[in-house]
Amino acid sequence: MYRYDGYDQAIVDARVAEFRDQVERRLAGELTEDQFKPLRLMNGLYLQLHAYMLRLAVPYGTLSSAQMRVLADIARRYDRGYGHFTTRQNIQFNWIKLDDTPDILALLATHEMHAIQTSGNCIRNISSDQFAGAAADEIADPRPYAELLRQWSSMHPEFTYLPRKFKIAVIASDSDRAAMRLHDIGLLLKRNEAGALGFAVYVGGGQGRTPMVAPLIRDFVPEGELVSYLEACLRVYNRYGRRDNLYKARIKILIHEMGAERYAREVEAEYEGLRALALDPPAAELHRIQAMFAPPPFEAGLADTLDRSDPDFAVWADQQVHPHKQPGYASVTVSLKPVGGIPGDATADQMDVMADLAARYSHDELRVTHAQNIVLPHVRKADLFAVWQALDAADLAVPNLDLVSDIIACPGLDYCSLANARSIPVAQKIAERFADLDRQRDLGEVKLKISGCINACGHHHAGHIGILGVDRKGEENYQLSFGGSGAEDASLARIVGPGFSEDGVVDAVETALETYRSLRQPGERFLDTYRRVGLDPFKAAIYA
Amino acid sequence: MTSFRFRDDAEHDEPALAIESFLLDPEAGAVRLEPGDDARALLPALDRLRLVEVAFPTFRDGRGYSVARILREAGYAHELRAAGDVLLDQVVLLRRAGFDAFASRAPLDEARVTAALARFPYVYQKAADARTPVWALRHG
Repeated sequence: MYRYDGYDQAIVDARVAEFRDQVERRLAGELTEDQFKPLRLMNGLYLQLHAYMLRLAVPYGTLSSAQMRVLADIARRYDRGYGHFTTRQNIQFNWIKLDDTPDILALLATHEMHAIQTSGNCIRNISSDQFAGAAADEIADPRPYAELLRQWSSMHPEFTYLPRKFKIAVIASDSDRAAMRLHDIGLLLKRNEAGALGFAVYVGGGQGRTPMVAPLIRDFVPEGELVSYLEACLRVYNRYGRRDNLYKARIKILIHEMGAERYAREVEAEYEGLRALALDPPAAELHRIQAMFAPPPFEAGLADTLDRSDPDFAVWADQQVHPHKQPGYASVTVSLKPVGGIPGDATADQMDVMADLAARYSHDELRVTHAQNIVLPHVRKADLFAVWQALDAADLAVPNLDLVSDIIACPGLDYCSLANARSIPVAQKIAERFADLDRQRDLGEVKLKISGCINACGHHHAGHIGILGVDRKGEENYQLSFGGSGAEDASLARIVGPGFSEDGVVDAVETALETYRSLRQPGERFLDTYRRVGLDPFKAAIYA
Repeated sequence: MTSFRFRDDAEHDEPALAIESFLLDPEAGAVRLEPGDDARALLPALDRLRLVEVAFPTFRDGRGYSVARILREAGYAHELRAAGDVLLDQVVLLRRAGFDAFASRAPLDEARVTAALARFPYVYQKAADARTPVWALRHG
């Protein structure tokens, strides 16, 4: 894992002191709310329906067990005993007091964490693959590049007052577990024909009210020129991105309006000038960071077998365990999606349990996934049974990864001032409807995603099944869509037809999945069947 | 209005013209850029430029930061002034982007500006100022 040196620590400490001063000036009336708002947002502080929400950065989703314990501590001392892991691999606390925030940020800084740029019209936390450093299919660990970009993008002198927020994801395998092409910039680590490492750069993806899958803007940027190239991408956006309309201000709209080819040409012209300025850190800096992401001391020669004699354990292991590049090891996904729960929520006690398990069984590491679960990346297969037992005792062993109840949902109208409808109760009702796990397993992989307004924080455009809550004449109404994907086969979901009531949409989901069961060919997921047969048979069944 | 200057040379005493007028007047040495103006249109006239004033109608419009870096990257070394809604909490980034003068619509306290500019002991990236990024400090 990355460890701060004196420079990193001094910068983060200065940022805490700066924000403490800003909060004091706000409370003294020296800053207007209009002036204070972008400052608090860039320190993670968001004003919701009932209280301030504080979103903390988990860079590229990686946490140590000590850091996870700090999150539990914050949940207990400053919130209501729980926290909410987000689709950008961060965590947010929903019941925070403004005057506590400088102390919370100071506490974080003592554990090499911060909330810098987790909101606001700036470059946000860099996200990555939750199996980075563990997956057998990666070219190299993508996180050192993400850390390099974290530093580059922090308090950037040119790109802190952008037209709109800016999200970057870095992955290093052909399987996309981070919805890379639904980011403002998606970076795919690859080797060119000469064997050199660099990035395919996708720009202009996003969800929100105008969802777009990012087009490829440059096939290969050498790893040593990544910063220069990204400066060029951002500068074209900062200069020409729309500022007249909040809803048209994301880079996807600029690229849609000017065309990907023209955008690429403008970026090339900037890049030619910027690469001469030696803006990129030297290779030695990347190597310094990479050394901190060296693989943990895995034991060699472990057996790759699993004792499956306990049937409940075997079910869990089949669903929640991902292959590891080191023989005898596996990555475990801890489900934060129990039936009746709030997707992505964990209590302070659960955080402590996960921290303890990471310390004991996973080389002190945890990951947050964009699907709002937690990963223990490096577990010996021989320890899986003990891990499962401990998780089960903490209500963290639901074997539903990628099944219909592994729902992504935004906070919705229960918390969010932007929302038009509630998301959490719909997620809970769907999870209850499909509570029978045998039935869920029979239905196979279904990525169901729910947003409570068109800003799409619940990723409904990228759901195999997407649900969007809208306000229709004062009533909550839910639109259903099919066929989205945030994976390597990225696609946007299509609206099925007229919307439904809260219970009606649960019925419609069930009808759709039963229709899939009757139409599927061997090996087909819901998404595959939908892509093969199209919308009509589903529509006919749902609106019969 | 509060003005600060981080330069030792004498102030250039000439009214700043809008970019269209400036480009048409070969004697003019001072220009005022609005957020949508193309800073690169000034490059053919770099030799005669003595003052560039960049308007910030609202501090949230960040186009001026790109203007500043573009001009500095092109070698412009005379006064670069941020004017308008220039607030204490933006001065660090404005300085780093290349501005060396502020003309703030609202009062700005000099001691606080000085303290803000001294707050961050290190910076992460190379920009238009002379500060050395931490990666260069780490690796000599």
